[in-house]
Amino acid sequence: MEDWRKNKGAFAIFLGPASFWLLLFFVIPLILVWVYSFGERGPQGQTYLALSFENYLRAIEPIHLGIMLKSIWIGAISTAVCLVVGFPVAMGIAFAPSRWKNPLLLIVVLPFFTNLLIRTYAWIAVLRTRGFLNFGLEWVHEKANWLFALAGFPAALGEFVPLELLYNQYAVVIGLVYVHLPFLILPLYATLEKLDRSYLEASLDLGAGQWRTFFSVLVPLVMPGIVSGALLVFILSMGNFLVPDLLGGTDSLMIGNLIAREYGAARDWPFGSALSFMIMYPVFIFFVINAMVARYRTRRRAEV
Amino acid sequence: MTEQAPIIRVRNVTKRFGSVTAVDDVSIDIRQGEFFALLGPSGCGKTTLLRMLAGFETTSEGEIEIDGQPMLGVPPNRRPVNMVFQSYAVFPHMTVFDNVAYGLKVTGVGKSEIAERVKEALTLVHLEDFGRRKPDQLSGGQRQRVALARALVKKPKVLLLDEPLSALDAKLREAMRLELVHLQHSVGITFVIVTHDQDEALSMADRAAVMDHGVVRQVAAPATLYEHPNSRFVADFIGKMNLLEAKVAGLSGGRLAIDIEGLERFEVPHDGPASGEIGIAVRPEKTRLSKEQPAAGRLGLKGKVSDVAYYGNESHILLDTDTGVRFTTTIQNETRRSDSSILIGDDLWISWSPEDTLVLSE
Repeated sequence: MEDWRKNKGAFAIFLGPASFWLLLFFVIPLILVWVYSFGERGPQGQTYLALSFENYLRAIEPIHLGIMLKSIWIGAISTAVCLVVGFPVAMGIAFAPSRWKNPLLLIVVLPFFTNLLIRTYAWIAVLRTRGFLNFGLEWVHEKANWLFALAGFPAALGEFVPLELLYNQYAVVIGLVYVHLPFLILPLYATLEKLDRSYLEASLDLGAGQWRTFFSVLVPLVMPGIVSGALLVFILSMGNFLVPDLLGGTDSLMIGNLIAREYGAARDWPFGSALSFMIMYPVFIFFVINAMVARYRTRRRAEV
Repeated sequence: MTEQAPIIRVRNVTKRFGSVTAVDDVSIDIRQGEFFALLGPSGCGKTTLLRMLAGFETTSEGEIEIDGQPMLGVPPNRRPVNMVFQSYAVFPHMTVFDNVAYGLKVTGVGKSEIAERVKEALTLVHLEDFGRRKPDQLSGGQRQRVALARALVKKPKVLLLDEPLSALDAKLREAMRLELVHLQHSVGITFVIVTHDQDEALSMADRAAVMDHGVVRQVAAPATLYEHPNSRFVADFIGKMNLLEAKVAGLSGGRLAIDIEGLERFEVPHDGPASGEIGIAVRPEKTRLSKEQPAAGRLGLKGKVSDVAYYGNESHILLDTDTGVRFTTTIQNETRRSDSSILIGDDLWISWSPEDTLVLSE
């Protein structure tokens, strides 16, 4: 049978619909947004095409730049927490007996079957002052107090004061980690699953302990999975606007909320576009550098 | 000092995976400085046994001692053995030097000593100039040498090799056999190799254990395994073998009288008991083809050639005897002939000497 990749006609047929889709609904809108970002807002919120850098100048004003930096910061924290929480889970699934793998993976993706909005609202019910978490803590507090009373120290812990868990940065991070955890676990699991176990055995065989094997062999070998999972979580977290909107406080405005506001309530599409591209430019630069490094590496390998 | 204590002592070791018994009550002693092979078809438990020596599998029952130390509960990183993996498992993110140095680094060997010992190990496997390369810049054979150097640099009491040659092409495999034997002689470390390839085991090992369904069938030197197999399984597994069903007609004074369909009663030297149905075996190269009935004193059966397979240096002839047994025999192609003198359909006699007859009571 002929290799379909070598047959240009077949290649075009298979690739055509996807390319067309991407072109029509991704590339063209992206170009439109880019063009808008140099435009001007009309008095009624219309968008006039122009060649103005006004929007970009506004975007780097301290208040907007601050929100951008905070989004990156919160995105980074969420990614780090996802890694710490997700790595053991991915490892647990990858090293589980094979008949357990699929059920465990199903549990990881199960939350996707419920609407994101509902799941995020559910966190409000958990975290708010009179929410499930505080109820649980109150119960523990009460029992502890009762125990202390038994031991002869009545009211040693004092009155229970509910924790302020909602409407702050922590709630945002908790929400972002919760929503994006599967995006880290799945690529990481896929990489761990493919990893040849004999690398780990070889490390143990050569005298390394479990921790040494983890950091010197396992982590470097699954780095591609870590990077793709972390990148996915970081990008999704940074641009998320639903979670900060529902769980965040007044100081939890993230870049996604800002853009949504400019496109929505403020009816300032050019400024919203400029804000969007302020995030896109670093991503573009990252990809260009990445491609250059990859090309350099292949060339160097070919020379050896 | 009479007999040196074995470097590895395996006592009644059993390994079960769920309801499957992979290794069944195996006892083996492996001597200091020996090149020992675990030989058997796939699924016979040889790799499981090797992995129990390395510490990657626990024993369900029985004991393993290495260098006089019981290994129960000792993790792989605390055992005085090192392993060369079937896939080599050379760390792809490290240079050749770092790969070989890894086992020394993790045990806290000093920097200058590491440099010295790694250089020594790489020289041993002829890779002294490859230290800065990454594994993906090496051929399969070179990667295997890295795996060897990485294990040997640790100066283990025993080197375990899991099908080390299976991933190499035929030419390289043959060269590596010799090299492994030389290497073993020069470092003086006990080698335990797992292989399903009987040629490999016969040509390299000082002794081999033939395994089947988790059980050790025979432990012996290669020549003994080949010429004196103790069971049908070993006879059939090692080399090519013609097997005939026979009946014991009598046993007296070390001579066993045997009845086989199509042959007159004959006697072969045999010690030990034998009775009832037994197996009779003859190696193909110990049989001879002839057009006429063979001379008296030789055992001969008449048959028809059913296949001729040409292998260059020799040809394998399949002969179906009139009694319904299929024989394989080999003839050396000593001269260049455009056509074979033996053709399919020829009526020929196959014969062998009673002394070359093997009696297999198991």
